Amino acid sequence: MDTNQYLDLFLDESREHLQNMNQGLLELEKSHGNLEIINEIFRSAHTLKGMAGSMGFQNMTELTHQLENILDALRNGELTISTGIIDALFAAADHLEEMVDLITDGNGDNVAIHDIMRQLKNAAGLKQDPVGQTLNESTTNGEAENFVATVMQQAKEQGFNVWQVEVVVRKDCMLKAARAYMVVEIVEQMGEIIQTVPATEALENGEYDTSFTLILITHDDEAAVREKILKVSEIDNVVVNEPETNTKEDSKPNNGSPVAEENKQTQTPSTKNKGKASQTHKTIRVSTQRLDELMNLFEELVIDKGRLEEISRTLKHQELEETVEMISRTSGRLQDIILNLRMEPVEQVFNRFPKMVRSVSRELGKKIELEMVGVDTELDRNVIDEIGDPLVHLIRNSMDHGIETPEVRLGKEKSEVGRITLRAFHRGNHVFIEIEDDGAGINRQKITNKAIEKGLLSEEEAMRLPDNEVYHLMFHSGFSTADKISDISGRGVGLDVVKNKIESLGGSVSVDSEEGKGSLFTIQLPLTLSIISTMLVNVHQETYALPLSSIVETALIEEKDLFKTQGQEMLEYRGRVIPFKRLQDVLSVPGQSIQHNKFIPAIIAQSGKAMTAFAVDQFIGQQEIVIKSLGRYLGNVQPVSGATILGNGQVALILDCASMI
Amino acid sequence: MAEEKIIVFSLNGETYGAPVNQVVSIEKLQVITRVPNAKPFIKGVMNLRGMILPVVDLLQKFEIGQSDIVEATRLAIVESEDVQVALIIDSARDVVSIDGESIEPVPEIAGGVHAKYLKGVAKHEEDLLVLLNLDLILNPDDIEAIKQLEV
Repeated sequence: MDTNQYLDLFLDESREHLQNMNQGLLELEKSHGNLEIINEIFRSAHTLKGMAGSMGFQNMTELTHQLENILDALRNGELTISTGIIDALFAAADHLEEMVDLITDGNGDNVAIHDIMRQLKNAAGLKQDPVGQTLNESTTNGEAENFVATVMQQAKEQGFNVWQVEVVVRKDCMLKAARAYMVVEIVEQMGEIIQTVPATEALENGEYDTSFTLILITHDDEAAVREKILKVSEIDNVVVNEPETNTKEDSKPNNGSPVAEENKQTQTPSTKNKGKASQTHKTIRVSTQRLDELMNLFEELVIDKGRLEEISRTLKHQELEETVEMISRTSGRLQDIILNLRMEPVEQVFNRFPKMVRSVSRELGKKIELEMVGVDTELDRNVIDEIGDPLVHLIRNSMDHGIETPEVRLGKEKSEVGRITLRAFHRGNHVFIEIEDDGAGINRQKITNKAIEKGLLSEEEAMRLPDNEVYHLMFHSGFSTADKISDISGRGVGLDVVKNKIESLGGSVSVDSEEGKGSLFTIQLPLTLSIISTMLVNVHQETYALPLSSIVETALIEEKDLFKTQGQEMLEYRGRVIPFKRLQDVLSVPGQSIQHNKFIPAIIAQSGKAMTAFAVDQFIGQQEIVIKSLGRYLGNVQPVSGATILGNGQVALILDCASMI
Repeated sequence: MAEEKIIVFSLNGETYGAPVNQVVSIEKLQVITRVPNAKPFIKGVMNLRGMILPVVDLLQKFEIGQSDIVEATRLAIVESEDVQVALIIDSARDVVSIDGESIEPVPEIAGGVHAKYLKGVAKHEEDLLVLLNLDLILNPDDIEAIKQLEV
């Protein structure tokens, strides 16, 4: 059966269920056999099995089936949770993930399952299949139905007909396999078969009684479908109906009693799933590519809007001005919506870490607990996609170099169990992700020694350098202070790569530490990647954009209010003394400095608690701009964080105030 | 031996060549926005149909002088993998086919900083054609590090 069209849906949902399973397993390990959690995992395994079955992934079906057996035995109290079982379940989940990855790459589910099947069986000490047949039946009937139902729903929305076709062959039919094959062949020409009972393979082997059922998506009407199938010889009757999708109980009346029993067992899950399903009907899955296209188009619109605003300013035509004003307002709202579309909770990235921490801490022989805070913090989808690897690296780094072995920790009067906290939160126009551990912290001496050895620092510099700058040396390429090279980190390709990656996302990373107490890595990321509000200013002939998020206010400064301390111009501003810098000097803009008459236009910018006044030549005004990357070729050109195209087609650079303060 | 299509352009009185498949287009001079703190051979960035491209002065990159930017200056948009930049040139002259075998290594004398950015020299009519190694010229030093992460 051609199911390619539903493959994406299948993969998406499989991942979700695997994620649920992994999460459940972690909780199960902690709670030692909470029935509710076992049920939860069972549901995921069950659904996976159903979907894999209807997509024809044999290995996956088999493996999930075995999983179900164990979970079922667990919840019936036939088995008690042990480390062996948990490990086997995790291993099975890993295998399933591997399969999903392979399927994603178009390679089917060809993962060897023999060993894992044995591991599962051994762990459970199961000799036979307690739930066997019954479950199998209810699969085609139950959770798979959810999946099939979703597909049917989509097909209907797209204006297709969905038919449940029951084909009855003559009792004396000789070539049952061939007839079924021919029917499938014909039906496939009319549209798409999304389900067959029994499975297509069984059908084509002739393994059915006298009738079989197909669910078909097509443009043809009932009569046409019926007529075409009847052309196959030895067919007794063809019944074409609208498929029943509502509830399990009435979906297949000819079920035997064992199935009915099974249905009762899974009653709670099914009602819950239904609740979910009705929710999902209100949402649709949209490929990120389409969102990107939408974003790109919108960016063009914003640039044109800028152009229009400029024209309207010069023309001073009232009606035009009003229209432009309206367009600006609408596009502002549009922008909010589009940007929100792209936001996803960081949970999506964080989810995989508990499992990773669990397995890596075993490898390392350390006891480590991971705490995650602020998992619902939202980030741009593109950032979410990219931030995973750097985070893996940092967490592994903390596990490997930060947290000590239990013996060492006990010796230091720390709790035996090390703690890593992964924290996400919003502040201003940024999202912060922190990775904090209560491990050994960073040994300043070790880093300076290494830096001197590598010729990055002189001994004298090493003495003088403040701690945070010393720590920052760790992000220098080829810099690894791990005493022994481990599998996990310490190859020296770690932190510098992390830094590059984060900077390519427009973010930054910093580290703080207290020796003996632990260390804290902070990643700062832009909330949105593409459009920001800025203040445009002129410095001589050059135009720069400063993000409004870091501007406190614009002001006209009187020359007489300035004074100098240690060669730096200072300004008294609202009771505070803050540095006064001329952008012309900061950016080494060529040309003579302009003589202002009495008042100097300045922008008061803030980063954290620090404030600075930046003198400019002229304020142009507030404008929404589309951030364009400068590309990799330019390298690090602080304080420039990006560029934008102005209404006149010229490029203006965006300044990162934080790096100038 | 395979023939190679080469775009021939002149720069500072010399004749340079770059493989046709790495030259995206030849453009007229545009407004170049200076980028503070960029390397000296990067003259700034420009807007090419919505994309922002760095503008590179090869003479400065090769440390053999500095290009004058005048009205007649042209920009050769070149690419290597996914990096695109605009090279300042005097003019694009021709597209020629060069026999791969007739390419010779850069003579020792011509060495200096820029020898490594050159693929070799070839005879073309009366001129000596200097072939650019765009893959190296467009390769910022840290590209490898970024790629490793993306693997």
